Amino acid sequence: MKQLPTPIWTLTVGVVVTLIAVWAGNYNIFFPEQASAQAPLVDSFFMLMFRIAVALFLLVAGTIVFFAIQFRRRPGDEGDGIPLEGDFSLEAYWTFIPAVIVIILGIYSVQVYKEMGGFAISGGNHLLMSHHNHQEMKKEMPTQFVSNDMAEPAFRGEYGIGGGTEPADVTVNVTGMQYAWIFNYPEGIVSGELHIPVHKTVQLNIKAADVIHSFWVPQFRLKQDAIPGHDTQLRFVATKVGDYPIVCAELCGAYHGAMRTRVYVHTQEEYEQWLAANQVAQNSDWSQAVAVHAE
Amino acid sequence: MAQAQIPVSGELPLAVEHHPKAWKWYDYFTFNVDHKVIGIQYLVFSFVMYLLAGLMAVVMRTELYTPDADVIDPNLYNALLTNHGTIMIFGWVVPAAIGGFGNFLVPLMIGARDMAFPRLNALAFWLVPPAGLLLLGSFLFGGAQAGWTAYPPLSVITAKTAQSMWCLSIILAGTSSILGSVNFIVTMLKMRVPSMSWDKMPLFCWAMMATSILALLSTPVLAIGLILLLFDINFGTGFFKPDAGGDVIIYQHLFWFYSHPAVYLMILPIFGIMSEVIPVHARKPIFGYKAIVGSSMVICMVGLFVWVHHMFTSGTPPWMRMFFTVSTLIVAVPTGVKIFSWTATLWGGKIRYTSAMLFAMGLLIMFVIGGLGGVTLGTAPVDIHVHDTYYVVAHFHYVLFGGSVFGLYAGIYHWFPKMTGRMLNERLGKVHFVLTLIGANLTFLPMHFLGTQGMPRRVAMYDPQFTQLNQICTIGAFVLAFSVIPFLVNVIWSWGWGEKASGNPWRALTLEWTTDSPPMIENWHRLPVVTHGPYDYGRHEDRESAVTASHG
Repeated sequence: MKQLPTPIWTLTVGVVVTLIAVWAGNYNIFFPEQASAQAPLVDSFFMLMFRIAVALFLLVAGTIVFFAIQFRRRPGDEGDGIPLEGDFSLEAYWTFIPAVIVIILGIYSVQVYKEMGGFAISGGNHLLMSHHNHQEMKKEMPTQFVSNDMAEPAFRGEYGIGGGTEPADVTVNVTGMQYAWIFNYPEGIVSGELHIPVHKTVQLNIKAADVIHSFWVPQFRLKQDAIPGHDTQLRFVATKVGDYPIVCAELCGAYHGAMRTRVYVHTQEEYEQWLAANQVAQNSDWSQAVAVHAE
Repeated sequence: MAQAQIPVSGELPLAVEHHPKAWKWYDYFTFNVDHKVIGIQYLVFSFVMYLLAGLMAVVMRTELYTPDADVIDPNLYNALLTNHGTIMIFGWVVPAAIGGFGNFLVPLMIGARDMAFPRLNALAFWLVPPAGLLLLGSFLFGGAQAGWTAYPPLSVITAKTAQSMWCLSIILAGTSSILGSVNFIVTMLKMRVPSMSWDKMPLFCWAMMATSILALLSTPVLAIGLILLLFDINFGTGFFKPDAGGDVIIYQHLFWFYSHPAVYLMILPIFGIMSEVIPVHARKPIFGYKAIVGSSMVICMVGLFVWVHHMFTSGTPPWMRMFFTVSTLIVAVPTGVKIFSWTATLWGGKIRYTSAMLFAMGLLIMFVIGGLGGVTLGTAPVDIHVHDTYYVVAHFHYVLFGGSVFGLYAGIYHWFPKMTGRMLNERLGKVHFVLTLIGANLTFLPMHFLGTQGMPRRVAMYDPQFTQLNQICTIGAFVLAFSVIPFLVNVIWSWGWGEKASGNPWRALTLEWTTDSPPMIENWHRLPVVTHGPYDYGRHEDRESAVTASHG
């Protein structure tokens, strides 16, 4: 058959594949709404990789299907194909190009991770941690639930996202237990749901009471395990008023799937009203009940 | 040399003929030292385990048809998910790919009469059925419920007896794997027919070499972790108990140091099968033999340094999250080399659409999807969101089902004539392929969206907003379960009454096709001589048949 010159074919295929990949990346078929400062960073990085993936998939799968049709055995042909055993420049090319792509993605992921606050974590001080054994933690825990000024004392966030030395606007102590999340506010409030103000820096100090749990808010794109014997933390800014699910993402027992609660992102005024209302309503009995439950 | 090297030119010495002319059916249930018997023992045993673990998946998918836990008890659900994963890995893919195809093919492909240590080989197999029985028996005690990862503290406090049986089972399977690996490495180093230089060794053998090295380096670490866990559960030690000065993160490192390489243990032999099946049915030399060998070795080495990507949301400092992001992404490069090489092998071929070839080409496309999903998962920023969600479940089923299981099917369709002396029915094979391809995509594709939208994995109850996608997955799982029926009918019927296979029905060039189907007990009367490369298709058209190596 008379053929168009190869460069024209290559160019056409390249343009079509690129257009489809870019177009496919414009439709959000993957993510729920974005409700934290980190969410757009994760999404745009994922969608970049998704576009590259769509382009590569079309090229590779298209080539396979094309070859599969073009080079099928014709009836009656019992012969062999062309004895081609390799081509150095082609092999170098398809080693080099993916290597460049993954190196660029690797560097870019470091950048995204930095913007998410991944390197800001203040902890990781293992000298401190080695003294911080579980006995101490156990003793501290009941007091945490009632303590009014517990922003500083025992918690040493080792792992997580966000952090840094400057104090957060709101700090909440989070405890994961089979099968609930308990939120302790410095104001003395204990809640089964997380209430936070919008556009403020929120720091969650996360502990686990029994087994490993994982604190995940899909709309925030943030997740951090709650690990017995280790303190972890998340720091973020919620960007959208509303309520979103909090999901446990680490298998923690029979009712792991039911370990769900909600985070309420309020305006500053609403948040203050909520604080005031609950400070009045809650008495110490309630706090003690939860503390006992945690054992 | 320690092992008896039979002279190449020599006839089969009379001294070794202290066994019957051919094995009877009951020999397959004994401590038989013939590598071919052991290979088939592995394959049949592991396929039974595959059916059982598949049944567990069907029960789980039935539970997930509705958001509430309304079909089975949630404790049982966790026992099913734990054992589904464990059996699929340690009872099906690893023993079928390494033990089954490895044992049957490696000696035949290198012109040896058996493995280097036949009794050790039989011992390695007979460790696996007890391991399987321990897992199944653990259901009498509630079944292990902490996931196949068995993270403490959950594994230390939940269903202790069953969890201990689980530990023992994996330690047995791991020991079997170590013994098998030593055997493969020594066999390939010492027992290749002298006319086979390294660059003439079939790619399946190279893949088994990489697999064995990797298993030797990583499996002992898992065994250590599980022995410590066993002690924590039963003997009051505190290696992983935070309140006794232990650390739960250390377990995760020990576990994943083995269990990430385990992913490559499950796919490298499959890559080997691909490199054998594609050239034969495309009638083309493999494209880039050396690049494929090299990429297996690179995957083997880099694969040892990526394990922390399973722990990005766990106790992992930032620098580690970044280091392992980059090392994980690098694995995509040698894997890509393989995919591109197989694709290029198709170019200019005369492709015969046998069932084996269909599964091989299905694998190519499925694995590309799984691999691209893997790249997104490997980066810490995205993994922070999708870790421990259905996105992960989707990814590893694309590479393990779309990859490993498709590859095992390709291998079975390709080598069944050699193993049994009978051809499989091609029509039933094609029905099986189409059903499997549809079922797999229907089951696993929607899981990507479930994960990114917010559904965690390992849950018996979920948010009702995910109902619709879950129902599609469940229907897909039923299609997959149904797809096994034509395969089973085909294998059972063909094994007994199928068309008789010649020594070389596919006109292939590797040495296993130079003997009868099924091969005689010592493989050849007179050992073959390698006169050409294993993939020299199209180079010797003057030859009447591809087989120039000596006939039995």
